[in-house]
Amino acid sequence: MQDEVLLQMRHIDKKFPGVLALNGVDFTLRKGEIHALMGENGAGKSTLIKVLTGVYRMDGGEITVEGEKISIHSPQDAQNNGISTVYQEITLCPNLTVAENMFIGREDGAWIKHKDYEKRADEILTRLNIPARSTQQLENCSLAVQQMVAIARAVDMKCKVLILDEPTSSLDDKEVNMLFTLMKDLKSQGVGIIFVTHFLEQVYEVSDRITVLRNGELVGEYLTEELPQVELVAKMIGKELDELMDLGETEEKEKKEAEVFYEAKALSSSDALPFDFSIRKGEVNGFTGLLGSGRSESVRAIFGADKVTGGDVKIKGKPVKITSPIDAMKNGIGYLAEDRKRDGIIAELSVRENIILALQVLNGMFKPISRSEAEAFADEYIKVLNIKTASRETPVGSLSGGNQQKVILARWLLTHPDYLILDEPTRGIDVGTKLEIQKLVLKLAEDGVSVTFISSEVEEMLRTCSRLIVMRDRHIVGELKGADLNQTKVMKTIAGGETENVEK
Amino acid sequence: MMKNNNGFKREPLTDTQLLMSITIAIFFGMYILAMIILQGGFLHAQQVFDMLNDNASLIIVSCGLTVVMIGAGIDISVGAVTSLVVMSCVLYLNGGGNIVGSILLALGIGLAFGLVQGFLISYLDIQPFIVTLAGMFFARGMTTILSVNPQKVEHDGFAALRSVKIEINALGYTAPNGNFIPARMELGVVVALLCVVFIFILLKYVRLGRGFYAIGGNQQSALMLGINVKRTRFLSYIISGILSGISGYVFMMHTGAGNATNAAGMEMNAIASSIIGGTLLTGGVGNVIGTFFGTLTLTTIKKIVVSSGLNQPWWQSITTGGMLCFFILLQSVVLNKRNAKKK
Amino acid sequence: MSKNKKKIFSGGLGQLTIPVVAIALLVIFNLIRDPSFFGVDLAHNNDGNIVLSGNLISIINGASELAILAMGMTLVTAACGGQDISVGAAAAIAGSVFVKVLKTSPEISGGKVLLAFICACIVAMIFGSFNGTLVAIFKIQPMIATLILYTCGRSIAYWINGGATPTLSSPIITAIGSFIPGIPIPTPVLIVIAMAIVFKLLFKFTALELFTQSVGINQSAARLNGINSTFIKLLSFIILGVCVAVSGSIGVSRLGLINHETLLLDVEMDTILAVAIGGNNLGGGKFKIGGSIIGAYVIQMLTITLYAMKVSSTDVKAYKAIVIILLVVIGSPVVKEKFGKFMSKLLENRSKETVKGA
Repeated sequence: MQDEVLLQMRHIDKKFPGVLALNGVDFTLRKGEIHALMGENGAGKSTLIKVLTGVYRMDGGEITVEGEKISIHSPQDAQNNGISTVYQEITLCPNLTVAENMFIGREDGAWIKHKDYEKRADEILTRLNIPARSTQQLENCSLAVQQMVAIARAVDMKCKVLILDEPTSSLDDKEVNMLFTLMKDLKSQGVGIIFVTHFLEQVYEVSDRITVLRNGELVGEYLTEELPQVELVAKMIGKELDELMDLGETEEKEKKEAEVFYEAKALSSSDALPFDFSIRKGEVNGFTGLLGSGRSESVRAIFGADKVTGGDVKIKGKPVKITSPIDAMKNGIGYLAEDRKRDGIIAELSVRENIILALQVLNGMFKPISRSEAEAFADEYIKVLNIKTASRETPVGSLSGGNQQKVILARWLLTHPDYLILDEPTRGIDVGTKLEIQKLVLKLAEDGVSVTFISSEVEEMLRTCSRLIVMRDRHIVGELKGADLNQTKVMKTIAGGETENVEK
Repeated sequence: MMKNNNGFKREPLTDTQLLMSITIAIFFGMYILAMIILQGGFLHAQQVFDMLNDNASLIIVSCGLTVVMIGAGIDISVGAVTSLVVMSCVLYLNGGGNIVGSILLALGIGLAFGLVQGFLISYLDIQPFIVTLAGMFFARGMTTILSVNPQKVEHDGFAALRSVKIEINALGYTAPNGNFIPARMELGVVVALLCVVFIFILLKYVRLGRGFYAIGGNQQSALMLGINVKRTRFLSYIISGILSGISGYVFMMHTGAGNATNAAGMEMNAIASSIIGGTLLTGGVGNVIGTFFGTLTLTTIKKIVVSSGLNQPWWQSITTGGMLCFFILLQSVVLNKRNAKKK
Repeated sequence: MSKNKKKIFSGGLGQLTIPVVAIALLVIFNLIRDPSFFGVDLAHNNDGNIVLSGNLISIINGASELAILAMGMTLVTAACGGQDISVGAAAAIAGSVFVKVLKTSPEISGGKVLLAFICACIVAMIFGSFNGTLVAIFKIQPMIATLILYTCGRSIAYWINGGATPTLSSPIITAIGSFIPGIPIPTPVLIVIAMAIVFKLLFKFTALELFTQSVGINQSAARLNGINSTFIKLLSFIILGVCVAVSGSIGVSRLGLINHETLLLDVEMDTILAVAIGGNNLGGGKFKIGGSIIGAYVIQMLTITLYAMKVSSTDVKAYKAIVIILLVVIGSPVVKEKFGKFMSKLLENRSKETVKGA
């Protein structure tokens, strides 16, 4: 079955003003295979997907499904041709019910038979083991469930081609496994699945074939079992791998003697249960745990991002009150938020304005940074962090994800923080930039800045952090350092096998 | 976080249902209080019928506005279009036109506004506030161009149509002088109620209606879900336009005359009715039954003010403002609380 | 070279393209219709002062209240992503307070006018903070929140002066409403210039512009960067309150009386229009106050042009609507894009031809 070609895209071109986003890209999907589409940010993955789903019109090339040439002008066209997509951002309507979200836009006839749809939806939800009710309002479901509803919708549409664009980035391990079971099930039914993700392990876990793109061009198509992980990374970033290996060995992790910079006792917020935490000057520590374990909520509490409900905080031994972001900033704390689009960038403002924002807030309303000063700052950090932007006046929203992240990093670096909290700074960005950010973290620590680093990739945290705080079910369940800092130990602590109880 | 989906469980009220229930409860509470404290007219069914008779056209435009607002749009031309329709139909009838022609004219004008405004907003992507503001200016201007002076309808057929009243003896009462007066309802009220029912069914059971909710809930998602966002939005303005046309005709049946200042400020009353009825300007939340009760609530408070002996002109608008303030704050508090809980 | 050309067609003026083009079109239209339309004369007015007169002056003078309101409205629009529809009603209240204070005793001195203006300002700022509180703290959409004051504002104004429409007659009031002896430029125009300078300075010496835009574009991110978005929104409404008081006072001084029913009637719609014509996104975010000011003059020029064409004041609205629609259609991104594509195709063909020719 695997040799039957289902979808073929040939010589796809897509131009944007000033950029050739796709340049003669070929892509072939066979029946009953899971095909990973890999590449750094800006490699053209999303563009290719959007061409295939009718969000963008291609400027050249052709698409055939089961040997027949098709033209796709809208998401509707794509659906009619059996191509369904589940995007990274939930693309459902929060104000409608689960059942409506599964059937809207593809009802038969002008009338809506609510009871029918609800019954059908419940059947599908039960079959796919999705914990939701058909009559529930979608916004009352967790993000993971919303994502699954989107997949359920696609599954029910008897799609031939299912595109999963970063489907796992908001799911925890259990949910990822559920999804993979579902994917394998669909595969056996002959559905071709295009799987876009940044998680390499997941690619090797489920995919049969890998297509790699780089800078809008096709690098090649490979069978997963014939392509070692290291080589895949090399093909994606087009760099030699020695650089990748380096980082792990050269670092100097332990910083025991430095003074404690920040200390919290029983700190709690509207979203975080009370916890104790401290960090030394120049230390890099990490919060780890599954999604929903409370890791992000805890660091948000440190920064005062949610309503702080209690706790004693000391900075350099002196008691301080931090109840809002501005308090934290005045005490030398910076926070790079998890959700870059929602909590990070001011999309329509220029790179320059985005970079000076935090410093300007610290300076206050009545001491504006002059234009020339701001330009100098922007130029400096564009150079230091190697931000790829047309100019400092380009709206930050038009930059690629990795470069947006660098702009936000620049924003915080400009305030010269003593303590920087980075929540998933490497999520959804390319391997090259990930490395740059990891290096930067280590460099900052060397310069005496305390850093809290959160990442979904444990390996990345092991490489950068000297101490890992492990959370489960909104409690800190362990603190690992030194010899304990290895993948097995971390996994076990997260999973709760060998709990090292520190405090409850 | 995870809930069992096997056991049957009643869903909590949706935002739409909650806001609507509050309004309906407040309306009945207020009305019953008025019956107890103020008595007088409030004890007779005719009071309700009067409210309906006077506000039939407001109810109709509010329905259209609710549809547009659910789709996250706004249409402030509705009052002016109503006024233009009244003036046009009056002149047409007085110029020797017939009833059918005048009805078609009313619908035609409404449709024309819907078409043009809907096209500009949906397909040229111009901000709805600006487009319908221009529509409002245009309709008001055209009304005065047609005639600055008030015009009375002098047309036998129309007079006959106007005089058709539905009388319900069971709800009548005996006046102090001994005459029995049945409760009277104008034809316009029937039209208004039909509009409410029609829009209710459209919003709840028709594909297009759910489309309005979808584009109001999240436009980008709606597009991805395969809804033709542009066409759906376009149709919401068409519906609003046609309802404005109907509203104009009903208005004319009620007053029997055209005046350049007809339906002045109706757009704001319609917006207020929709809001009181639980429609959110941000879109995706709302219900036409709520809007219907919103209109009644708005009217009742005015009646109560007048019956309380506060006859000075400023009292009505100050109490209306106060009540709006109350409802708007109530909505805000209720929704914020729910959102906080959800988190 | 072709790059430069492209830039011009894709709108080198950026945000200000629509208002500038609109002004240019209106000027050209008027010059063709009546070359002497923009003639400016020096003439003696009733008080014996030498003053500027002519259509151009009456346009610039007549747009003063609108321009001032548009400045404040731009800020509210940018910060809150919505508009205040109560400015007309609030101006009536401010105007009534202004008159009420002046009427406390028969004689009117400069100091008293100042006092009256300050009182008007305070009242307008209080009503502004009422709107602002609803928007910023209770998170109500601006149009809905200000619907309250829109509904009852003029009734409150009515109540302030007990339903009467008292008149003011004093040389100081005349000086504010029309001309200061010895200065040929109408005083309201001078006030507009002063207000524009105040805003310019405000943006130069504070970070208000950056903060407002940040809040308007991404409130959540703004909050996590330490910006108090509640305060910024409230502040925008309070600043609009000051603008309301200024234009209310000008309006009263111009007529020499307060009429709560007609003072700045329907001005809210024109103000929002001015902001939109100025190329500002009514959904909030980036803004240009200059655009809104030009927008106000576009509206006034349009009105005066129509009057000059013998259109009656009640009918003006219909023609205004047509011009507005034309303007926004030309300015719509969809039309722009289509036009841009058409132009670049044209350019491509031409450059191909020149290459061939060479």
